[in-house]
Amino acid sequence: MKRLGLLVLLGGAAAAAPAWVWNPYHLHTLIMAGIFAVLALSLNLLLGYTGQLSLGHAAFFGIGAYATGLLTVKLEWSPWLGLGASIAVPGATGWAIGRLALKLRGAYFVLLTISFAGVASLVSVNWMDLTNGPLGLPGVPAIEIALPGLPALSLRAKGAYYYLVLAAVTLCYLVCAALIRSRIGRALIALRENETLAESVGINGTHYLVLAATLSAAMAGLGGGLYAHYTRFVSPEVFLFSYTVTMVIMVVAGGKGTLAGPIVGAVIFTVLPEALRAIASWQWQMLLYGMLLIAVLFFLPRGIVPALQERVK
Amino acid sequence: MTVALEVSGLSVRFGGVAALSDVSFAVRAGTVTSLIGPNGAGKTTAFNAITGFQRPTAGRVRHEGVAITGWRPHRIAERGLVRTFQKTSVFPGLTVMDNVLTGLHLSGGVGLGSALFRRGRVGDEERRLGELARRGLEFVGLAGRSGERASALAYGDQRLLELAVALAAGPRLLLLDEPASGMTTSEKETVAGLISRIRARGLTVFLVEHDMRLVMGMSDRVLVLNEGRLIADGSAEDVQRHPDVIQAYLGARARAEA
Amino acid sequence: MDQLYQHLLNGLLLGATYSLLGIGLTLVFGLMHVVNFAHGEFYTLGAYALFAALAGASVDFFLAIPLAVVLGAAAGALCERVLLRPLRGESIDTVMLVMIGVWIAMQNAELLGWGGVAKSVPTPFSTRPVVLGSVSVSPLRLFVFGVSGFLILGAHLLLARTKLGRAMRATFQDRETAALMGVSIERVHTITFAFGAGLAAAAGALLGPVFLLYPSMGDLASLKAFSVVILGGLGNFVGAALGGLVLGVAEELGAGYISSGYRDAVGFLIIVAVLLLRPSGLFARAERVG
Repeated sequence: MKRLGLLVLLGGAAAAAPAWVWNPYHLHTLIMAGIFAVLALSLNLLLGYTGQLSLGHAAFFGIGAYATGLLTVKLEWSPWLGLGASIAVPGATGWAIGRLALKLRGAYFVLLTISFAGVASLVSVNWMDLTNGPLGLPGVPAIEIALPGLPALSLRAKGAYYYLVLAAVTLCYLVCAALIRSRIGRALIALRENETLAESVGINGTHYLVLAATLSAAMAGLGGGLYAHYTRFVSPEVFLFSYTVTMVIMVVAGGKGTLAGPIVGAVIFTVLPEALRAIASWQWQMLLYGMLLIAVLFFLPRGIVPALQERVK
Repeated sequence: MTVALEVSGLSVRFGGVAALSDVSFAVRAGTVTSLIGPNGAGKTTAFNAITGFQRPTAGRVRHEGVAITGWRPHRIAERGLVRTFQKTSVFPGLTVMDNVLTGLHLSGGVGLGSALFRRGRVGDEERRLGELARRGLEFVGLAGRSGERASALAYGDQRLLELAVALAAGPRLLLLDEPASGMTTSEKETVAGLISRIRARGLTVFLVEHDMRLVMGMSDRVLVLNEGRLIADGSAEDVQRHPDVIQAYLGARARAEA
Repeated sequence: MDQLYQHLLNGLLLGATYSLLGIGLTLVFGLMHVVNFAHGEFYTLGAYALFAALAGASVDFFLAIPLAVVLGAAAGALCERVLLRPLRGESIDTVMLVMIGVWIAMQNAELLGWGGVAKSVPTPFSTRPVVLGSVSVSPLRLFVFGVSGFLILGAHLLLARTKLGRAMRATFQDRETAALMGVSIERVHTITFAFGAGLAAAAGALLGPVFLLYPSMGDLASLKAFSVVILGGLGNFVGAALGGLVLGVAEELGAGYISSGYRDAVGFLIIVAVLLLRPSGLFARAERVG
């Protein structure tokens, strides 16, 4: 009962945020936290449930951003279609990687994902004709809600965009929850716990890994699309490894294999840098994160959320 | 009498070593057949080759008439052929209940579409599977431990859980790899009892075992493997008196003592 | 045609250092089963140690290199002792994540310590290339190649001929038996990891003067090291040695004939191609399945 009350309180606070968060910069932080929550949830699908680590997840984030960026800037598509592409294109890529990777597990899978991200990054920098290279794509349009008969509602303002991101986080959470609380979730977890045993009782490892990779990539792509239409600028910096690093820390520290962990991790590691910004430079923070990751793995191996859940019991 | 499993000319080579050479036998439906032999004879290799965990170098495996040679393990399991493992194999981080629920994977049908859009169907399936899991746990005697973590169970209970998970996959042919190894006498009796009840349900059981009392006590047929070759195939009494079998075990003992 | 020979030569010279990098990692990844994503950071450490010794302490160039190697090995030993030994029984994933933490921490420490501006290392070699027929090569690169080859040979001798090398091979083939025979497993692990880190630091100290120094130079080094290890097969010394040369030549040919911007993509593409087509590596014998 207490837990439900807490959830309602948090939910209410989140829903009303634009009203009580006066500083627009803080609202910006919450929006970024939301985008990262989507990214963390996506990585968690793979790392937390199937047990496979993708260190190239920034690639799906980046491909999603570029997909919508290119389509809305160069082909002048509607931003909603662009968002759709930011889900579909990375999703298809994730599917392809999953199918190709077949028997690769553990470190080999990680290396494959890193290599893929590396190539994607190099392409975004070098293929000037397509991506404009390091100059990037400015002028990505803002998202508008245009219903017939009503004036177009632009989601340019932070308050409005916040609700879009909040809706996306909620949607992703619900999708993950629906998946996990079913036979599919058990199959994914079985892959993590004992793949040989899983196969022996009829669970098709490849099928479920591909499924997880596809959904995970699609979700990360959505994060990229949201990012593109928020910052309204896409450049090769979306492929920066530091994005992947941040995602990994959010998931591992927040609690991999839980549904709330990634969200908690995302909020902590978006708010914390902003709070520390005045005191410590970005390099100090990254240094701290590296050490924090090690500390969490030593002392709180299951993450913050499971540790709190243990306390409450 | 139908043939549940037919193996012809099965061979498995690793580099220069022949782990299995031209092994052929048939397991009749509804029986308990045991595969015995000295250590290193190739028993687990045979299991692996039959159940898709090892690609045979030559030979054929047929399950209920259908060739399954070289199929992937999950496809073989879908056909109703399930195996357990020599080294205790459970889902360590999951509860006993979740272990069996995972084993019930093939009894479910929810896919991505249903999981996302038809929660009612998911709920029904979860209830149905939960009931099946409870019955499965009762069968092996672990019903009271359903909430415990699998890795926390005692060795004997883990092996019972393993059996429950395998049965949950709904096999018609069950391959057990040393189901009684490392167990106390009373635990072995429990396992023997369970195997009888499994056979009484109409399943075919094919097992690898070292405990001779267990093997001779409940097997309709015994196969003997030595150095990758089948050297005897008959009833328990016949095999016990078979000169090649005695030689193989004595020889193995002599080699071990040398 | 001349261009081809030049590219091949450059590739071999560069490749020898990649071999060094790869050998260090294949020992750690292949034998200790530690997915050392911080391998490149020991490379960076070696490079910056060289720079510090030369620019800060005015140490002689030929002394500074061994100094950098020793520092790298010491850092590796420390890392193994403090972080890896307590985690010995843990899953390979946990260790992998810990090494990722080390990667992040070390790189940002470098960034904080040295700043993000690229640095160049002064060398005592003339910049006038040596001309051999139709190809030319800088004296520095020849020196780098020579030292790399020397270190690779030394590493091979250490593993194959010394008591320590025997102890290492025994430990990783059959730990229990090795322990029963009196080998200190703990020490072997620390020494192996230090050895790998030392080789990486050597590669960094050698390549640092050839290219520029910047804090994230280790990222590509790590990737290329993994590329070499995968090419050559896990734990395969000769495979790593050959793989390094293959990578070097492939990079030079790619940069020369396709595009220099995609030079680093060669390492990535090798990883992808080998993992998808022949995961056990080009030089490994076919492995037993199951």
